[in-house]
Amino acid sequence: MRLNRFFYLLGQGVKNIFTHGFMSFASVTIIIACLLIMGCFSLLTMNIDTMIDEMQNQNKVIAYVDETLSEDEARALEDKILAVDNVESAEFVTREEAMDNFESDYDDNVFENIDPTVFRHRFVITLSDISLMKQTQAELRKVDSIASVTAHLDYAKKFVTFRNIVSVVSVVLVVILIVVSLFIMTNTIKLATFGRKEEIAIMKMVGATNAFIRLPFVIEGLVLGALGGGIAYLLMWGLYELLTERVMTTMASGIITIIPFYTVALPVLCVFLGVGILVGVIGGTTAIRNYLKV
Amino acid sequence: MVQMNDVRMVYDNTSAVALDGVDFTINEGEFVFLVGPSGSGKTTIIKLINGEVAPTSGAISVNGFDMTAIRRRRLPKLRRTLGVIFQDFRLIDKMTVYENVAFAMRVVGASGRDIRARVPQVLELVGLEGREKRFPAELSGGEQQRVAIARALVNNPRMIIADEPTGNLDPVRSLDLMLLLEKINELGTTVLVVTHEKELVNAFSKRVIAIDSGRIINDGMDGYYGYETE
Repeated sequence: MRLNRFFYLLGQGVKNIFTHGFMSFASVTIIIACLLIMGCFSLLTMNIDTMIDEMQNQNKVIAYVDETLSEDEARALEDKILAVDNVESAEFVTREEAMDNFESDYDDNVFENIDPTVFRHRFVITLSDISLMKQTQAELRKVDSIASVTAHLDYAKKFVTFRNIVSVVSVVLVVILIVVSLFIMTNTIKLATFGRKEEIAIMKMVGATNAFIRLPFVIEGLVLGALGGGIAYLLMWGLYELLTERVMTTMASGIITIIPFYTVALPVLCVFLGVGILVGVIGGTTAIRNYLKV
Repeated sequence: MVQMNDVRMVYDNTSAVALDGVDFTINEGEFVFLVGPSGSGKTTIIKLINGEVAPTSGAISVNGFDMTAIRRRRLPKLRRTLGVIFQDFRLIDKMTVYENVAFAMRVVGASGRDIRARVPQVLELVGLEGREKRFPAELSGGEQQRVAIARALVNNPRMIIADEPTGNLDPVRSLDLMLLLEKINELGTTVLVVTHEKELVNAFSKRVIAIDSGRIINDGMDGYYGYETE
């Protein structure tokens, strides 16, 4: 295609956007909304996955000792614990050490002056086979003077369930929003085609090819879609950084790991621009289809 | 050249027979009137020639294109060999005279240089020099139809099809327009004028194809009255 012809078609496409300014604005807005919701759910799923992986890597079980036992009595339980099947090792942690660990997880001094007696002596137990965690946990509970046994895998399982729910909801929402975006995009460009139907008829009459007639409308969709994708990416970035900052300043920061945005920035940008452009181009192509049948 | 052999056209949606065994040939360089009452099949013939519809049966050849087998993507090539003029002019209101004519060249991929060279020539041919910057609303009906003729001519078509070109014009302007079409024909372009204006047809000694109820009832040089006496 000759350069002047390309610029003519590009100019026509951009002109269409401003001719129907409000509908163009509506199209971009709906694409942004769709991508933001899709992005939020996808990033939430990715973060949950990361947390699940971390939890699964920490195949440790914590056995809390009855609080009436002295430190020496508690230490003496080590042999009984090591005797339980599937226990590879057991590290004794005093209540003072536990308190220190807890405090070190927080930068501020909220937990200063806490009495160490609120913590229990405990054993951090490493298992040989993580798949038998549930059975091992039950065996450890049977050991005398073990008050309770916690296993991270319980959380992990809950997270898996939560992740699955989020995934399903996000897929359903994304499909609905893409359909809505396509509908609005198609109608926006249909308005442009309706306003230019005489021109299109004349183009057909004098022998313009369908590609030539279609291209300005496809360019219109492409520009609107790319604009929506770009703006949605910037908003997603800001929103993510804001939420990360909020989460990291809460108590949950000790148990929640958040993926830094820069590690996902490029894929998010590509997906946002890709989906935006795809919706725009499909919308543009669909809108003009009926006028090209003559 | 247009050649129709035993063409039958039945529209799917109404099952009405629009053409029933139509045969005629229009040779290169001819000037032909196609006449007949409303609903006789004139518009269907135009639609068949420019590929808007395909015949139910029969054979049609237009400027070397076999219209019964033509692929949709080849239609633009066919249409570049035809220039069509309508009763309602079909000009783009927001474009000037020059832009309306240049638009027809631009959409078929002509370069800016070719457009700048060709458009003034055509506007001069149709007598619209000096009117380039006017908008259609600022022109008379006759002038608007001349713009439409200029647009039809600008891509050098082999054939001009004028569908009731004088329908919105007074008798004087109608005659002027027909004289212009005759001049264009003398320059080598085949002209097919679809009309039902008896006086206008009789004012020119040209071939007349008369059609009624989808059948050719007269084809010769004996004018519109030949059709009436059938």
